[in-house]
Amino acid sequence: MIPLSWYLILAAALFSIGLFGALSRRNAVAILLGIELMLNAVNINLVAFWRYGDVTAMAGQVFAIIVFAVAAAEVAVGLALVISVYRRRNTVIADELDLLKW
Amino acid sequence: MTAEQIIFLIVAAATLFSGLMVVTSRNLVHAALWLVATLFGVAVVFALLNAGFIAVVQVVVYIGAIAILFIFAVMLTRKDLRDHAPQLNKGWWSGAFVAVATFAGLVFLLQGWSGFSKTAADIPSGFDAVSQLGDALTSPAGYVLPFEVASVLLLAAMVGAVYVAFTRK
Repeated sequence: MIPLSWYLILAAALFSIGLFGALSRRNAVAILLGIELMLNAVNINLVAFWRYGDVTAMAGQVFAIIVFAVAAAEVAVGLALVISVYRRRNTVIADELDLLKW
Repeated sequence: MTAEQIIFLIVAAATLFSGLMVVTSRNLVHAALWLVATLFGVAVVFALLNAGFIAVVQVVVYIGAIAILFIFAVMLTRKDLRDHAPQLNKGWWSGAFVAVATFAGLVFLLQGWSGFSKTAADIPSGFDAVSQLGDALTSPAGYVLPFEVASVLLLAAMVGAVYVAFTRK
């Protein structure tokens, strides 16, 4: 059998990779790609805790489903914002979107 | 080592490698395709965890909808793909430091936890996870309220996305 620690370490590594992508990429679409990796890592944790805890309590799977819904909403709004910004400012580089920077 | 462990190690290595390619590849179309590979690896991990429904939802929603949406967004903003400027910002090393510190901190915290290396109990015979999940999502004693809030959130996000991306004449 696979111990719980393997899943948790996989999820921590995937989360860290996503965090690096979200913090370090210049392109706004690439930042959203990093956020998707982080959300997936959280889902691995939720489902792993469901499997290794009480299987008849469905909270882990229910939260995973809700994370799916939130990820879909986040991507729809995020990409709509990126496309809208691209149309107006002709750039998707996060550094160049400094309208609110004093 | 059992066969299950070997499968897990192969899938985990493939998932992490594709994840690294997502955050490092220069071409964003390639990054989005590597994201598909990562999401598929995570779906296999869900299947290894006996969560078949979640694995199917992962393939349908994440790969079928979200990854395709990413590819469309990359193509609609394609001009920036052709520039040869660096893909990482100037402070990327501090981002890398934060990521490594987060990983080390998480592993350190988890190692002190007593349930860290426990193994899974067998699933009771006759247990149907999908029908249990359906019950939990729709019964008032379960999670019907978060479920409905999630639907309203999706509706609001859809209206917002249409409004934000709408072209005014």
